[in-house]
Order: sequence, then C-alpha cells, then structure tokens
Amino acid sequence: MPLLEVKDLKVRVEDREILHGLTLTVNPGEVHAIMGPNGSGKSTLSHVIAGKPGYEVTDGEILFRGEDLLEMEPDERAAKGVFLAFQYPVEIPGVATMNFLRTALNAQRKARGESEFSTPDFLKKVREVAKSLNIPQDMLKRGVNVGFSGGEKKRNEILQMALFEPAVCILDEMDSGLDIDALRIAADGVNALRSPDRAMVVITHYQRLLNYIVPDFVHVMSKGRVVKSGGKDLALELEASGYTQFEDAA
Amino acid sequence: MNVVLAKNETGRALSESFAVVRDRLPGGGKIAEARNTAFEVYDRVGLPHRRLEDWKYTDLRALMREVLPLAAEPDAAALKQAAAAVKLQAIKGARRLVLVDGVFAPKLSELEGLEKGVTVRTLRAVLETGDAALQTQLFTPDNANPMVALNSAMMTDGVVIEIANGVVLKQPLQIIHVAGGATPAAIFTRSLLRLGEDAGATLVESYIAADGVKAYQTHDSLIVAIGDNSRLDHVRLIEDGRDAFNISSAAVTLGAHAHFNTFGMTSGAAVSRYQATIAFAGEGSRVETNGVNLLNGRQHADTTLFMDHAVPHCASREVFRAVVDDRGHSVFQGRIVVRPDAQKTDAKMMTRALLLSDDAEADNKPELEIFADDVTCGHGATTGALDESLLFYLRARGLSEKEAQALLIQAFVGEAIESIVNDDLRELAIAAAQRWLEARG
Ligand SMILES: Nc1ncnc2c1ncn2[C@@H]1O[C@H](COP(=O)(O)OP(=O)(O)OP(=O)(O)O)[C@@H](O)[C@H]1O
Ligand SMILES: [Mg+2]
Repeated sequence: MPLLEVKDLKVRVEDREILHGLTLTVNPGEVHAIMGPNGSGKSTLSHVIAGKPGYEVTDGEILFRGEDLLEMEPDERAAKGVFLAFQYPVEIPGVATMNFLRTALNAQRKARGESEFSTPDFLKKVREVAKSLNIPQDMLKRGVNVGFSGGEKKRNEILQMALFEPAVCILDEMDSGLDIDALRIAADGVNALRSPDRAMVVITHYQRLLNYIVPDFVHVMSKGRVVKSGGKDLALELEASGYTQFEDAA
Repeated sequence: MNVVLAKNETGRALSESFAVVRDRLPGGGKIAEARNTAFEVYDRVGLPHRRLEDWKYTDLRALMREVLPLAAEPDAAALKQAAAAVKLQAIKGARRLVLVDGVFAPKLSELEGLEKGVTVRTLRAVLETGDAALQTQLFTPDNANPMVALNSAMMTDGVVIEIANGVVLKQPLQIIHVAGGATPAAIFTRSLLRLGEDAGATLVESYIAADGVKAYQTHDSLIVAIGDNSRLDHVRLIEDGRDAFNISSAAVTLGAHAHFNTFGMTSGAAVSRYQATIAFAGEGSRVETNGVNLLNGRQHADTTLFMDHAVPHCASREVFRAVVDDRGHSVFQGRIVVRPDAQKTDAKMMTRALLLSDDAEADNKPELEIFADDVTCGHGATTGALDESLLFYLRARGLSEKEAQALLIQAFVGEAIESIVNDDLRELAIAAAQRWLEARG
C-alpha cells in the first residue's frame, strides 16, 4: 500500500484556487523531489498535508496508509508519522527548545500508546542527534528558533525529524539559507533516515540538493498541478532549461 | 447633603452581621470606636456597585449575592483539613504563618527561632494588648474605600511582623490563608509588615482552600511600610476555591532609596479584587509590579493599582498580564499620580491580555494624572489571541490544541514569573500556573 496518496487535490485559499487537481503517490522507501517556480503551490501542498488551518479542500483526497488524512487533526497526523520540515520555521519565545522537543516527542508517543521517554533517555537521544547534525548544546537551551540564524532553524527542523522518526518526511526548501557545509551535514542527516519503510518528499529549487539527497522521482509543479514526472535526470534538465517549457503545458 | 444610596439585600445583611459580632471582635475602647466609625463609613455606601467609578467593572452588589456569617474559630477538623492543604504550598526554607478561617493557627505555623530583630505577633494580640502607635498604624488604610472600611470594622486576626533596622532576612515569610471550615463563612483578616531601615525581607501570601471547601468570602488587607534603603520582595498567589470571593487591599509606603518588587497571580476564586495603593514617601525609590490573571469558566478578577508618586526621583514599573478563557473577565485599573513635587519621576505601565475564547473579556483602564513637568510616564496595552502560526507549528509536532495552548500560555506567564528573584518562589508560582493549566484539561 502507498504511504501517501494525493488524489486530484483541489485547494482554495481565500476564494482563490491554488491547487487545481494535484495527484502524487509516494510508496515506502521512495524519495520524491518536487520542483517548480515560485508560487506554484509547493508549500500549499505541504501545508495541506500537515493540516494547517485556512485551506479549503474543495475536491480530491489525501490518504495516509489508506486512511483519510484530511479527517485528522494536525497532531494526529504527526503522531501517525507525517512530518513537515517548514520552509519558514517560526520562533517561539519563552518555550525552551528542550522542553518543546520533549513535550512533542512524548505527546506523539502517548498518542500511539507508547510509553513516554524518561528524562535521561530523552536527553541522551537529543544529544546524539544534535551532535550528528553539528547543533551546539547551547542552541537547545534557547527558546524554539529564537535568535537562530536561517541555517540553524533549518537544522533544528532536521533535528526534530531525526528525533520523531516519522514515516513520511516533507522537506520544504530545507536547502534555502544553508551554506555548503551546513547543506552537506543536513543532507547527511536526511540520508541517515532513509529506510525501506520511510518516504521523503523533498521540495527544492536547486538541483544541488539532489546531488546529496538523490531522488527516485522528480516532479515538476506549475500553477497548482504536477505537469511532469520523471527520474533524477529531470532535475538536471530543469537546471539547464528552466521552467518555461512546463508553464506552457500547465 | 448626605446621599443615602439604596442598599441591596447583601448590604443590609452585612450591617446586621456587624451588629451581631461587634462585641466579640478583638480590641476594646479606642479600637471598638475605630471599628464603629469604619463601619459607619462603609454603611453609608454599602457594597460598592458599578456606578462608583472605581468599581464600574466589578459590581459587588451584582456579584456578591449573599453575605455569609463571620467564620467560626476553626475546629479540629478544619485545622486538620487546612494542614493538608498547606503542604501543597510548602516552600523550602520559608517561615510559615498560617491563618485558618481568619484565625492564626500556631500549630501550623513556625514561630520558634525567630531571627534577632524580628517579631511576629497576631493581629488579635496587638489589638488587645499592643502599643498605641502600632494600633494606630493598623487603622491607617483609607476607609474611603468601602471594602477597606468594612475590613477595618470586621478584622479579627492576622499577623503583625516587625523587622528591625539592619536586619536582612534570608528566609521568606509566608502567610498562608486557608479556608478550612465546612460551612460557608466570611473571613476578615488584616496583616502588617514593618520593615526598618537598611533591611530586607521576602513576603509570600497564599490564599487557598482545604479540599472540598468551596463557597466562602475572604476579606484581607495588608499594610506595608518599607524603611529607607530597604528592599521587600513580595509574592501573592490567589488560589482560592472556585466559588470563593477574595477581596484584598494593600497599602504600601516606601521610604527613601527603597525597593519594592511585587508579583501577584490570580488563578482561583470566583470573584476577586485586589486593590493596592503604593506610595513613595522618600526619594530615589523603585517599585516593580508584575501581575497575572489566569481565568476561565466565569471567573472574575480585578486588580486595581494606585501608584502615588509624591516625591522626586522615583521609578515604577507595572506589567499586567491576563489569560482569559471561556466567559472569564479580567480587569486591570492602573492609576498613576505624579504630584507637583515629584520631578524626575519615571513611571511606566503595560497591560497584555490573551483572550482564549470569544466570550472572554479583559478590561483595561489606565489613568495618568501628571502634575510635574520633568517626568517620563507612559502606558501601553495589547489584546489578542494566541498566535495561530505558533499554535500550528506546535500541533504539527504532535501537541493537542490544549497542549499547544498550554505551552504558549506558560511562555506568556513565564515572562512575568521571571520577575520573581527567589528560585523557590518562582517554582511556587510556576506550580500554581501549572495547576490552573491542568485544571482546564
Ligand atoms: N494565505 C494565503 N492567502 C492568499 N494567497 C496565498 C496564501 N497562501 C498561499 N497563497 C498563494 O498561493 C500560491 C502558492 O503559494 P505557495 O507558497 O504554495 O508557493 P510555493 O510553490 O511554495 O512558492 P515558493 O517557491 O516561493 O516557496 C501563491 O500565489 C501564493 O501567493
Ligand atoms: Mg514555498
């Protein structure tokens, strides 16, 4: 069974249709890349999958392991294994990163009927993951994303992904704002999570990221639809010729 | 012309109540006279109502539907109940002074080993046998406020603490007001803290109910005098039962180069009003006040502060926060007066309200009356809901709506709690906020 199926999805925001019938099927173990010009609806798709309020789904459906995802609250989706690494992670002053991570992890575990992590086990796990992503300990003592640089915010998203071990990871422009070294470290973090029962959807503008995270499929989105799908070479083709050819197709 | 306003049933019942108990109240002679005078002043207006400017958001005539009989002395059962409740409020290293149903409870309190230069007596003892100066000081709060006048007339007990010049107390003093009686009753207490010169102390006031004790009315009043070069840290936590009333007043005066840091949080009681007057009597002094209301259901909480800048070179900071859910109603009235002599006054006031439901209400009434020309004064206010984008981020990470709200509320309240200097007291305040959050489910 596919992990994630988006079928003929139509989405409106404030009376304007943004997604006009989008279809995407993601099987366990696969890495999908979504590319497409600014405003083509990539973040909108990721938000609707994660359950952000303010979007009206007028047609189509999203299934997660065959279950109707659109019926679920955002936290239910997270507990079931849907993870979105945000294009623009928010800052949450006054909420210490460690406290946030523990509350979130334990909330997910509780929802799945698993036991909560003890404090020492939790700390050990966070430290390991943080170290592998080159995230200094003092960053974890601050408020969530407060005073983090753009790149640090992105690394904090990958840290959460590694900690929560989701089934489907949607990475919305995780490469924007990362320098070359940070990009490699983050990509290594993502690759370490690749597994036969986990899938990734990597949204990016740049072929470069796909040199590090090599996709099985590349989809081109334009004006709220997938206009072309192919293998990893499609990304190279795009890099060379741009999106104009597909915009005509849309 | 003597305007006699119509009094409602509750007001009338209070008059009768005073007539019944006056002879049993502590203190004869001058004190009985002072009580009578105070009661007459109260009785002219009766329970304050919304047509009095100061009470327009807190109409006690509408809110206080019945007058309860004066609380009886706590019996063994009440004391036992109270002892259990007090445990929840225990702070490491604090000296506990417990009032059960308005009566000092020596067995639950810690009076032994008082530091040199510190005296603690009960209000009853001071009214009955204390020196005249102290007795006079106990009647200084302004009876022009009807609820202060009522308290002056009815006060039965409390604690009177004196700290001599040069004594800096490490150990916090904690006055715990516990309602422990099985029958609903009215409780009238008054306490006093006199801090000498070059002295320092930390005072905590907690208002709680024993398990299962619900409807009662607490009327409290506090008098504080902070001497020159002295510092008082003050924490008040209102965690009264959900059907209770808490009407408290404070009158604080600061000498020169004194410092008063006060934090108050109301998460309990059905209806509460805290009215404090803080007066600068010496130059170069500073006041920081932080307040928090955590309200849900139909809770109503009113904080009314009067900052009286009478002398030059003093600074005051007031930050008031409200978190209001359901049909809760939070009121903040902040009045700052800068008198003609009070040049170089630096007075600021800020209120921030978080409304968690459409029916939640937060009223804010700032009043600045400035009669000096070389001053820095200002006030600001914000009202809003929790940030949707932050809530969604948290929910996308697996937190339920309530859990996500709780984290953001903790952060909002946490900023105020940060103002508490003592670590153990910060923990106490965090625990109180946590209890409120957990109770909302
Ligand atoms: N809340 C909103 N209100 C109005 N329009 C919106 C809203 N959210 C998105 N849109 C519009 O929907 C379209 C798609 O936006 P989206 O953010 O999904 O694009 P994107 O493909 O992620 O772009 P980028 O590559 O720049 O990140 C844009 O035209 C955007 O302006
Ligand atoms: Mg985007």
